[in-house]
Amino acid sequence: MGQKTSLYQKHLDAGAKMVDFAGWDMPINYGSQIEEHNVVRNQAGIFDVSHMTVVDVSGPDAQNFLRYLLSNDVAKLDEIGRALYSGMLNETGGVVDDLIVYRMSFGYRVVVNCATRDKDLEWIGAHSKGFNAKIEEQPQLAILAVHGPEAIQKVCSILDDARSAATAELKNFRGFESRAWFIARTGYTGEKGVELILPNEEAPDVWDKLMEVDVKPVGLGARDTLRLEAGMNLYGHDMDESISPVAANMEQTISWQPQDRDFIGRAAVTAHKAAQLAGNLPILTGLVLEQRGVLREGQKVLCENGEGVITSGSFSPTLKHSIALARIPINSGACQVDIRGALTDVRIVKPNFVRFGKKVFE
Amino acid sequence: MSTYPDNLKYAATHEWVRLEEDGTATVGISNHAQDALGDIVFVELPEVGATIHAKDEVAVVESVKAASDVYSPVSGEIIETNGLLEDAPETVNSVPYDDGWFYKIQISDELELDELMDADAYSDHCEDD
Repeated sequence: MGQKTSLYQKHLDAGAKMVDFAGWDMPINYGSQIEEHNVVRNQAGIFDVSHMTVVDVSGPDAQNFLRYLLSNDVAKLDEIGRALYSGMLNETGGVVDDLIVYRMSFGYRVVVNCATRDKDLEWIGAHSKGFNAKIEEQPQLAILAVHGPEAIQKVCSILDDARSAATAELKNFRGFESRAWFIARTGYTGEKGVELILPNEEAPDVWDKLMEVDVKPVGLGARDTLRLEAGMNLYGHDMDESISPVAANMEQTISWQPQDRDFIGRAAVTAHKAAQLAGNLPILTGLVLEQRGVLREGQKVLCENGEGVITSGSFSPTLKHSIALARIPINSGACQVDIRGALTDVRIVKPNFVRFGKKVFE
Repeated sequence: MSTYPDNLKYAATHEWVRLEEDGTATVGISNHAQDALGDIVFVELPEVGATIHAKDEVAVVESVKAASDVYSPVSGEIIETNGLLEDAPETVNSVPYDDGWFYKIQISDELELDELMDADAYSDHCEDD
């Protein structure tokens, strides 16, 4: 038996197939993963992502600490509620984890992956020495992600007037605090929507209210195909501690300016960038297979100037063919994937396949 | 839909076979198999006319989650494949014992059917799975 979120019983009531996910009993689907995927692309779906780890950072040195800990620069968060996607790197420039950090009234809120919780907390704690910063995990908080073209309107319909008005006004990557709640326009699907971070004991009631306005439950299976279509990385698959963000399509999460900001891994990723420009470091790119067959993680990619590997692959329910993220030699033209022994031509595209329900690559 | 229809025989690898009145047999994958695979997106079927042996890899099922080989429960010659699965592979999820069949085969050795499980034995097998 694993750990349970405050919505465990709601998942069972909704007919979920439960699986172990990094020690948590989580819903993989509630019947059909493809139907759940399509609900998020076309209407509105809700994910319970309460297994993710929320860590609040406060105190006089909170900003300086995070500017040292993270590759992206929290100094860019010029208003309370703004969000930033960042890597947390080790000294060799590998990715310890990827995360979202929000600026809050009390300091910062960091949301890290569930599977990496223990090592992240240890890492954050160990590197906070010498900073006057308080680091507190918030296990009493649930996270509900509601996404899809109808999501914001549906969420607003179940909130009190003040929260509803503030939610309707939110711009992308911005949030607001409301008593013990935090509501933000962030997510992992490539659709509009919000994440509601709220006390565990309030989550079941919010879940019920969203069900009443026809928001459908969506499992971790569809969450994976949605994020893959959106070209978003999954930790432990598309990158890990041995992979540079430069080789994981995460260069936008490195804030090179100001040059005097010292963050963990800076020297290493600076060297990685130079190596990539010289053609010596691979890139993470998108692959498309328009014929039959499904690209899968671990399949070998054969390119003119070397070999690569698929880091995430699946059938795209929106496009109705297979897509993948793959790490391949830079400047590769044509390439082939070894699908169960058959060398199959695939197309290299930008690693972003679907946004707001529509195909986005050429 | 019954999970384990009585009129079928089952292989340990989760294929079913139904002996028809004309002596041919129809083959598909079980409800247990489709449920474990999740949403099926492609089915690769054998060539009509191919001669196959029991336990040969004869088809491939690709779901969102995984690719899985299908082994023929019986030997013989493929006489027909289910063209519906080309455009509507999800039929295997919704009606695995009906319109979700894979192929029809002229069986060369009816005794092979005796080596397969009946519904009760297969039900026990799935519970142990």
